[in-house]
Amino acid sequence: MKNQPALYLEADCVSPDAFAGKTAAQIAELCVYEGNVTSTLGKYFDVTGSAGTTAADTKIVVKGDVKKVKYLGMKMSAGEMVIEGNADMYVGAWMTGGKILAKGSVDAFAATAMKGGELIIEGNAGNYLGAAYRGDWRGMSGGKISVKGNAGSDIGMYMLGGEIIINGNVDVHVATHAEGGKVVIKGDAKSKVGGQMVEGDIYIFGSIDIMMPGFKPAGEVELEVEGTKGKFAHFIGDMGERHKKKKGQVIYANLYKKI
Amino acid sequence: MTKIVTDVICPFCGTLCDDLEVAVTDDGKKITEVYNACVIGTEKFLHSQASDRVTRPRLMQADGSYKEISYTEAAEYTAQMMAKAKKPLMYGWSSTNCEAQSMGHEIAEMAKACVDNTAAVCHGTTLIAVQDIGLPTCTLGEVKNRADRIVFWGCNPAHAHPRHMSRYSIFPRGFFTGKGHKNRKLVVVDPRPTDTAKMADIHLQVTQGQDYELLNAFRVALKGEWLPDVVAGIPKEKIYEAADILKSGRFGIIFFGMGVTQSLGKNHNIDEAIAVTKDLNDYTKFSIMPMRGHYNVTGSGEVMAWQFGYPYSVDLTRGFARYNPGDTSSIDLLSRGDVDAMFTIGSDPGAHFPFKCVKKISELPSVCIDPHLTPTSGVSKLHVPVAFNGVEAGGSCYRMDNVPIDCRKVVEPPEGMITDEQFLIMVRDRLKKIKGVA
Amino acid sequence: MSEYVIKNGHVFDPVQGIKGDKADVAIKDGKIVEKAGSGAKVIDAKGMTVMAGAVEIHAHIAGPKVNLGRIYRPEDKLFTCTPTKGMERMGSGNSIPSTFKTGYEYAKMGYTTCMEAAMPPMFSRHVHEEIRDTPIIDEGAFPVFGNNWFVMEYLKNYEVENTAAYIAWMLRATKGYAVKVVNPGGTEAWAWGLNCLTVNDPVPYFDITPAEIVKGLIEANEYLGLPHSMHIHPNNLGNPGCYETTLDTLKLAEGMKANNKFGRESVMHLTHTQFHSYGGTNWGDFESKAKEVTDYVNKNKNITIDTGNVTLDETTTMTADGPFEHHLTGLNHLKWANVDVELETAAGVVPYIYSPNISVCAIQWAIGLEIPLMMKDPMRCYITTDHPNAGPFTRYPRIFKWLMSTKAREEQINAFKHRDKVLAQTSIGSLDREISLYELVQMTRAGPAKSLGLGNMCGGLKPGMDADVAIYNFNPEKPVANPDDIEKAFTRCAFTFKSGVEVVRNGEIVSTGHKRTLWVNAKVKDNPQVVRDINEKFLKYYSMTQANYESLGHHFVPNPFAIEVDAT
Repeated sequence: MKNQPALYLEADCVSPDAFAGKTAAQIAELCVYEGNVTSTLGKYFDVTGSAGTTAADTKIVVKGDVKKVKYLGMKMSAGEMVIEGNADMYVGAWMTGGKILAKGSVDAFAATAMKGGELIIEGNAGNYLGAAYRGDWRGMSGGKISVKGNAGSDIGMYMLGGEIIINGNVDVHVATHAEGGKVVIKGDAKSKVGGQMVEGDIYIFGSIDIMMPGFKPAGEVELEVEGTKGKFAHFIGDMGERHKKKKGQVIYANLYKKI
Repeated sequence: MTKIVTDVICPFCGTLCDDLEVAVTDDGKKITEVYNACVIGTEKFLHSQASDRVTRPRLMQADGSYKEISYTEAAEYTAQMMAKAKKPLMYGWSSTNCEAQSMGHEIAEMAKACVDNTAAVCHGTTLIAVQDIGLPTCTLGEVKNRADRIVFWGCNPAHAHPRHMSRYSIFPRGFFTGKGHKNRKLVVVDPRPTDTAKMADIHLQVTQGQDYELLNAFRVALKGEWLPDVVAGIPKEKIYEAADILKSGRFGIIFFGMGVTQSLGKNHNIDEAIAVTKDLNDYTKFSIMPMRGHYNVTGSGEVMAWQFGYPYSVDLTRGFARYNPGDTSSIDLLSRGDVDAMFTIGSDPGAHFPFKCVKKISELPSVCIDPHLTPTSGVSKLHVPVAFNGVEAGGSCYRMDNVPIDCRKVVEPPEGMITDEQFLIMVRDRLKKIKGVA
Repeated sequence: MSEYVIKNGHVFDPVQGIKGDKADVAIKDGKIVEKAGSGAKVIDAKGMTVMAGAVEIHAHIAGPKVNLGRIYRPEDKLFTCTPTKGMERMGSGNSIPSTFKTGYEYAKMGYTTCMEAAMPPMFSRHVHEEIRDTPIIDEGAFPVFGNNWFVMEYLKNYEVENTAAYIAWMLRATKGYAVKVVNPGGTEAWAWGLNCLTVNDPVPYFDITPAEIVKGLIEANEYLGLPHSMHIHPNNLGNPGCYETTLDTLKLAEGMKANNKFGRESVMHLTHTQFHSYGGTNWGDFESKAKEVTDYVNKNKNITIDTGNVTLDETTTMTADGPFEHHLTGLNHLKWANVDVELETAAGVVPYIYSPNISVCAIQWAIGLEIPLMMKDPMRCYITTDHPNAGPFTRYPRIFKWLMSTKAREEQINAFKHRDKVLAQTSIGSLDREISLYELVQMTRAGPAKSLGLGNMCGGLKPGMDADVAIYNFNPEKPVANPDDIEKAFTRCAFTFKSGVEVVRNGEIVSTGHKRTLWVNAKVKDNPQVVRDINEKFLKYYSMTQANYESLGHHFVPNPFAIEVDAT
């Protein structure tokens, strides 16, 4: 990054798919947007190196202060991206494959409706990590998100599949409306965990300040989760929500809280 | 001598009472009395008659004082501001008519701006919930004619929508509800013992911030499943009891407001309340309705939706519409510094937005269209007073249940004042010339 | 005003019986004229097909439930919005387009007159605001009557004249076009969470049956002599076995004669017939009864129908059949919106995905095509998708392709996951009829115009008619190499004229014209009883005043076109 935008920079072109097969000069000509002004990537970034012939063999390293850059890695399907600083919103939104390593923190809406691939965040993640787009009942359906730090609220909303692993703590609303998928929180949760869940699994190692009344105690189990062995209190729910039947058995969502 | 204008629509709150009668002097210039309105509505009409009204646009000078300018000069300033900005925000729209909103949208599209209305700080979360789960609702006449179970959740109509209970929800004797309030049961959910709560058959004093949990418990209770002893400060026996009361009615309705839309949970609270309503439809007939605040915030949402596709927080900066509250919503745009010009109309963000956002408005090129002197006009560079919509100008408005009503012009505006629609037409025409558009 | 002459095109006009002859079409002052003047601008339509602008008889394109659909489906617009371009405002929405996009897309496909299928009368101002903001196309809207308290109370006592007076009042108050009936009686029952699934189920409290409501409204419609017939969405929509309710409903028209000065010969229009032609008893043995329904309509010539074709897309269902939508959300668990309207009607909205991998959806697709292929008179069968219920209207060219090419149909059938079941439960595999271009024009222009009572005004190219003309890059003399060429040709007009104004050129909008709102002004004898009943209900039961209900000022309907009916 060489020039900061006065407002924010929308750089959805920064993805292996958009860079593949292009020279540095061509990449610098790709469109970026600051409000209603269309500009080129080269005006804000020094572009060096060369892309692979396909997305899969393209690796992008984003250097500098990109805390005002949005949409890095949006819709990527293959290849690699490393973001060295903190990034703004929509990192890896709608990605279907490939790998993003965010060495800093990311703002809201990262990995919206993720279908595949891997997103690693070494700092913190903002709100709506791995959530569905507004109004869509088809949220994250595949892939893996790992956050070393904390995450915000509304993670995994309308989740259908895939994994979200948070090392630190989370804010309110975890896996709301989820119909599949796996969420692991190694730190503490606050409240509204698993609200309106139809199916899926949540594992919490730390504390939950307030439990949803819709989660009913269902005994204790010994589990190994993400390399940690232990005893977990098992809850099934959300008892206020609809649930499917498989072979005559009702399938609930599971909440496991480490004892 | 006076004449009485009948069937007047009150342009204050989402109740949109349309049975007002206003006495006006024969020359059509002065309002003398207002009948049937609540105290707020009456004041809306009468205060427009104040002798110290600001009647001309005022532009802030370098020393912070304001100088009077003409509407033409004001339109020039506004059009220039919109043309130069990279990401202007056109906010408010809730206290003006649909015709003005539509004209504003033309400007926003031409200038590639963001457009947003007061739902951003109010029932925007309701709209997000509706987008996630739907909305079983009805018109207010259905409540009047059929409802025997009323829930006010996180709202206080006794103060905020004063005639709501007498016109629609508690007292009227409708077609199937000849006994009025005597055959209706009222449940109020509110952490506070409000004046509305005092009228309730059951008042659930929910722990603040735990409405989502209590609503979840209602859904569990409806299914007859296990509940912990206490949820959100309410003992489970009371929850089962309240759920039974709702189930046992013939037609129920949940009205809700800021108590749930803007407290912890926000859209999720509404989402779960809508889910409760859906579940209740397995046993009886139930609907849910947001208590919209401004008299035409609903209209702004409708016009924005049929023209652009989304009901609020719309970003037109790329030449086509995008929507994602949290990114495209006014509070976020202002607090993150993602806006470089502010256009406010028919609302008062200066009074309602977080301080950080108001400070931002004061730093930006800014225009405020408002008949009043407000905290917003106080921090805006240009203040353009206009005729009071619904009093001095008519136009289309939408009630809280989305019913469209055409407001009436009751009295002439002060000499030389124009309506906001007329001002917006001037701005649009000037912007067209600046941009070289045919 | 401009003059044009369209030369060398292959003209198809059922009104004049022209079946593809090369002929000139002349336009002057907004009308088709015999001959062009010397100053007329020449449009060279060599190798192209020329026909009247199409007439959409039933779509949900303007009003509160349409907008509720827009509001609650941001995902319907994600990544697919179109930018402002020239004189085109920005567009959005796949299954529920914005009003601007609606007008542009219809005009680009050669549609020039469209009817909003269901207007809840209390919301008429909203419907007209959206109509006003829909560019180019003439529009009208049908107020709904089948669950209206006044109608049920009058018809319980067989008071046809009072019903007629009320209808006349309503058409004037809402600037409505026709008598629309949706799930008669059932939607009032729905206000209590109930329904009427047969024509004989009595409505709670009002104690009148759907059969009595329908018969009474047909009689009132003919008493008034309105341009269009009663237009009905029967009870029991969408359920396996519903074809029996459909036949019971159709039988209500037996013996009824059309009475009007507009050339209309039908007394009943059955809409989105596909949804009403189901056999079987559950989703497992679900089968087509298109033959049974079309057999009846073929024999009974006072009935017109439209198809309601399934297009195999993700779309949004929306209808005044409130209980049906509640039932649908119970099946697919997708977000459900519902609005009950006092004294009048209701509406429901639920997204739906017609997947080619689901046998029920594939059978629905087949039924939608069986119906026009089995209907003998193309002047009585019109192509629709009940937009957006069975699919977006932008898919009409694809439906034309399926109707005109057995090869295209076979390709689709072979792509179904449950191909064998589709062939077993329907007759689609055995139908080798290919709709001709002339028949297509009857089904999309002359036929619907005639049914709407607009046969003298639009749907044809006879001198004196409105100059609504669509010219397609389709040469009827060349054999069709690839059926997809049909779809491509009908997706974008070479030229569209609306009321003599060139609005589309090479598939792009070049003018937005001066669209009109069509409505019917029916005069009846003074009826103090009905006037008093209306006053009283407003005083006691409506939540707004009568004066405000009747308020429909010029700013809502800036260019009205009233069709006068004298029923005194």
